[in-house]
Amino acid sequence: MRNALIAALIELADADDRVFLLTADLGFTVVERFAERHPRRFVNVGVAEQNMIGIATGLAQTGFVPFCYSIATFTSMRGYEQIRNGPVLHGLPVRLVGVGGGFAYGHAGPTHHALEDLSILRAQPGMTVVAPADPLQTRAAVKATHSLPGPVYFRVGKGGNKDVSGLGGRFALDRPEMVREGRDVLFVATGEIVHEAIGAADRLEEDGISAAVAIQAHVGWRAGAGLVDLLRRYPAAVSVEEAYRTGGLGALVADAIASEGLACRLAVRAVESGFDGRSGGPGYMKKRSGLDAASLAGAAAALLTSCGRR
Amino acid sequence: MAPMNEPADAGRLRRSAAAMRKRIIEQSLASNVGHVGSALSIVETVVVLFESVMREPGTRGPARDRFILGKGHASLALYCALRERGIVDEETFRTFAGDGSLLGVHPEVFLPGVDVSTGSLGQGLSIGCGLALGMRERGLDSRVFALLSDAECNEGQVWEAAMFAAHHGLSNLTAIVDLNGLQAMGRTKDVIDLDAMASRWAAFGWDAVEVDGHDVAALGATLSAPGTSGRPKMVVARTLLGKGVSFMEDRIEWHYRNLTPELAAQALAEIGAGS
Repeated sequence: MRNALIAALIELADADDRVFLLTADLGFTVVERFAERHPRRFVNVGVAEQNMIGIATGLAQTGFVPFCYSIATFTSMRGYEQIRNGPVLHGLPVRLVGVGGGFAYGHAGPTHHALEDLSILRAQPGMTVVAPADPLQTRAAVKATHSLPGPVYFRVGKGGNKDVSGLGGRFALDRPEMVREGRDVLFVATGEIVHEAIGAADRLEEDGISAAVAIQAHVGWRAGAGLVDLLRRYPAAVSVEEAYRTGGLGALVADAIASEGLACRLAVRAVESGFDGRSGGPGYMKKRSGLDAASLAGAAAALLTSCGRR
Repeated sequence: MAPMNEPADAGRLRRSAAAMRKRIIEQSLASNVGHVGSALSIVETVVVLFESVMREPGTRGPARDRFILGKGHASLALYCALRERGIVDEETFRTFAGDGSLLGVHPEVFLPGVDVSTGSLGQGLSIGCGLALGMRERGLDSRVFALLSDAECNEGQVWEAAMFAAHHGLSNLTAIVDLNGLQAMGRTKDVIDLDAMASRWAAFGWDAVEVDGHDVAALGATLSAPGTSGRPKMVVARTLLGKGVSFMEDRIEWHYRNLTPELAAQALAEIGAGS
């Protein structure tokens, strides 16, 4: 996804001389293509994320659209107050790129697991939070948000991300994208974890349960009409995110259900606890957190049982 | 317009400084707000910048020089400068720190004339780096001025910005440290010693000079010239907290205290006698 993002940035920068790329000394073999093509609009600020956000704020005030690139934990947290007092407070088009959200840097341990980036950035008014599901959607999201006057946070995978079958690079703000139809239960997922939701739907089908899967890449301030309408059509939904339970996609879906008075029952599937000392690859970490396809299928089946649907 | 930093101009700037001190006292009393000493500490720097050195300060002109008040709690001095230049009208000025006012205790960009919102120490200079870099890339010859408090340099981000500005040769960036030696909980030398401030910046690659921060002629001379040899410029301004009011000068409580009518009258009399 990070390569797709840089490719999209190069295309944007070719057509728009406001596009500027800052990195806090990360992106080796990824950002060079941009740097070679637009050397005057690329700066490695060094290992200094707080300063990077401030520089981006100043650049945006002079008319640039700066993208700030680092690993998701560092982009979203090291300069969080700078993000709040800079692009958020000033209403500036700074773009924050968090690479490897969730457990993408699994073996690297908890300092590199971005599990609260979605919720803390979603907490800022005027911030647009987007976690694309695959490289094509990353590209679409970068382009679709380009004209937004306020800040945007992109949580993208760090590489080797498979395209989601049936998504075809669709993206629009607020809008959920259906990638699998179904009648009995709806999975709503954000980011690349959608692959696990699709796997869960496959398993459920073997048990005679028809599960739909939708991707909600834009985790907004509140749910848009598309998500509300979608939830209205299902008796039960499972939200899926590679993030802590608080404040992210699950909170958005729960808010929509409660605020709109929908009959849809909800199971929030997210990371439920802090680090316990054991690291592993992304697959291992997801499984330990109950976010693998088998666990998600089990959660959906249990939800249907609890509401008398099977 | 050529900078007017000649000695002939110094008398006018000194009178402006005295007038600003009076306004700070009067409005602090009227609004019942503290930070009086911090605002008095930077009066000469703000007067020299806004009335002599900066190009189109506080306007919306794209080629204007920019001003960042890192020590946002001294906002009243900035508001006085914007009032003096007619950017803030009298009625608006008098709303300072009131309910619904655009003139908060810390400055916000929502008030015309404020270039950058501040209030959280240590973040302004980084924004100044971005402004300076952006202006240079846009081919503008504007300058960026960032006024920091001495204790603000306790923040690590200041030194991230210091390294960046020097590495990228941001000679259009000038920072001023208001070295009054007092911070919220005590003397800087007792909390985090900031001895040899100018040398620290010079070691980081800045063209660093030290001046008497209450000498308008010296401030004018150094602030009107950008850093030499393509370096960003650091002006360490030695000042007194509460300058111009005997019972406030160098007294930490005037980082916080509010004025009473009696104290305000005494302060105004001293400022009047001194100008």
